[in-house]
Amino acid sequence: MRPVRRRRLLALLGLVVAASLALGLVLYALRQNINLFFTPSQIVAGVVPLNQRLRVGGLVVPGSVERAPDSLAVVFLVTDTAATVPVTFEGILPDLFRPGQGVVAVGRLDAQGTVRAEQVLARHDENYQPPEVQRAIEQARPPDADEY
Amino acid sequence: MKSRWNWLHQWASPRWFYRRSGACIPWCAVAAAGLLAVALVWGLAFAPPDYQQGDSFRIFYIHLPAAVLAQSVFAGMAVAALVVLVWRVKLADLFIRAAAPFGASMTALALGTGAIWGKPAWGTWWEWDARLTATLVQFFLYLGVIGMHGAFGSTRTGGRAAALVCVLGALNLPIIKFSVNWWHTLHQPATFTLTAPPAMPAEMWLPALVAVLGFYALFAAVVLFQMQSEILYRERHTDWVRRLVDGAA
Repeated sequence: MRPVRRRRLLALLGLVVAASLALGLVLYALRQNINLFFTPSQIVAGVVPLNQRLRVGGLVVPGSVERAPDSLAVVFLVTDTAATVPVTFEGILPDLFRPGQGVVAVGRLDAQGTVRAEQVLARHDENYQPPEVQRAIEQARPPDADEY
Repeated sequence: MKSRWNWLHQWASPRWFYRRSGACIPWCAVAAAGLLAVALVWGLAFAPPDYQQGDSFRIFYIHLPAAVLAQSVFAGMAVAALVVLVWRVKLADLFIRAAAPFGASMTALALGTGAIWGKPAWGTWWEWDARLTATLVQFFLYLGVIGMHGAFGSTRTGGRAAALVCVLGALNLPIIKFSVNWWHTLHQPATFTLTAPPAMPAEMWLPALVAVLGFYALFAAVVLFQMQSEILYRERHTDWVRRLVDGAA
């Protein structure tokens, strides 16, 4: 390689290394802010400020969903399998909302430790399946199997 | 060794490249049309629906290839940018110029289909999630590359500035790729990885694979065609282009 090209290559590599270092430090400093949501464990541990807008993410505990008979109000528990947080919401839930499903609730934490959600988003995982495969899996599984 | 270098240098010559690439374009275009037709009919009509999302899952067959291209086109541009900055090969600059608008469109398509998919699946068009935000940044980086090309008086300076944006912008690619593993995000982790079989049955992932190949073929056809036009324009005062135009007229 000719010296002038080697010099350009080294300068460019130096630039890339410096820029990745800067970017890495920024992402490291912002790591908590980049997370879209808090986990129920973090909320129970008290690291989350009261009455500020926050998001909590986890799985809907099966059997915990209670709907009000005369309104769209709904109460359910969200868990990360280590800790559980109650969430209240009034409005239309996304189609994918169901027991055992991942959700992200946007709202405020009140003094009783309940998240008063203004919006509930559903997460889905990277595993896609045809309906008949899913039915076969459910039939093959004993009814008392782990629900998560 | 000497002859191998000569062979490589031929490809760096715009005139040689013009002749050779012209023969490839029809093949790429036919492959793109065939593969995309198969993938879209297969994926949108015949592949099974998802057990949770039903038919709205099918937008995956456009969303995934668009997102794959959005990232790999930029990776290709970054490699070409290295060649521009270190070896000053004109053809690499032509490639970046031709690829940037295509990559920007693919990023816009990925963001658009993602929003349309997000509304029924997640309950929102947009969320400032790490994966989504990093992809939006990627879109602006594409616009930056396109803008840099025209921002200077000389084509050469513009090309080098754009190449620098490509090299530094490529640092965003691992952030997009690993955002779903590094942080809590609304977007789910990758369905396809190199280390494990796809997390879906073959009748669901095969159409997606065909769609990705079709998008790549389309990219090849469009980029080669754009590069040809740019070569003709830049070399318009040379004898060979004059002869070519006179011969065709």
